[in-house]
Amino acid sequence: MKKHWYDYLWIVELTYLILGFFNILFAWIGLFFFFIPLIIAVARGTKGYCNRYCGRGQVFGLLGGRFGLSRKKDIPKWMKSKAFRYGFLIWFFIMFFQMLWNTYLVFAGAQNLRQVVTLLWTFKLPWNWAYHGTLFHPGVAQFAFGFYSVMLTSTVLGLITMILFKPRSWCVYCPMGTMTQLICKVKNGSK
Amino acid sequence: MDSVKKKRRKAAVNQNDCVACGCCAKVCPLSAIQVVKGVAAQVDGSKCVGCGKCARECPASVIEIREVET
Repeated sequence: MKKHWYDYLWIVELTYLILGFFNILFAWIGLFFFFIPLIIAVARGTKGYCNRYCGRGQVFGLLGGRFGLSRKKDIPKWMKSKAFRYGFLIWFFIMFFQMLWNTYLVFAGAQNLRQVVTLLWTFKLPWNWAYHGTLFHPGVAQFAFGFYSVMLTSTVLGLITMILFKPRSWCVYCPMGTMTQLICKVKNGSK
Repeated sequence: MDSVKKKRRKAAVNQNDCVACGCCAKVCPLSAIQVVKGVAAQVDGSKCVGCGKCARECPASVIEIREVET
């Protein structure tokens, strides 16, 4: 099948993750991966981002498909249930707002900058090598550490389910996918 | 003479559980499956030949290949 430019967006996703290893401030770029799907869903009422441009999905597709790192088994029923998908979306929201709250505390001077990346909301990985100071407020860096934690956590979860189930199992419970599908349902008037 | 009914294989999507990721549409060699309005995938029965590529790709495993009479 004919390849399009957007079939190579997995390079962007990998570059993003690698850049965060060297300078955490690059994590801010990840906001594009949040806003573009939402803008497409709100403006056009489609999941165009998931369907075409999602570099993360492409990474899982390549690793699990072409590189054969997936068992290619069916995902358990509960993982595709609405309860789990919406529950995971809410969980992600709570963790996201907690990250924003930590950023606020640093901005307000109530908390010092923590140079750690939190994996799976629990494990604090030292990440000080990727911080070389900032021209801006330390709060800017705190957001970067927090946001990169979100991105790395979702990548690791996606890799685990890629291995256990089908390559793009992450797409089933991806909070952005659930959210954009919800927006499309509301916008297009279906239940 | 009676017309002979042929059975053909076609993909069928469980739209209730479809996450509209579009993995199916990417692999369909005949562009017979599309995500409609970001809600769920839909099969164009006139194009689908029931090859099963979409069903194998679907991360939620909500596509079945069924035999239908035509």
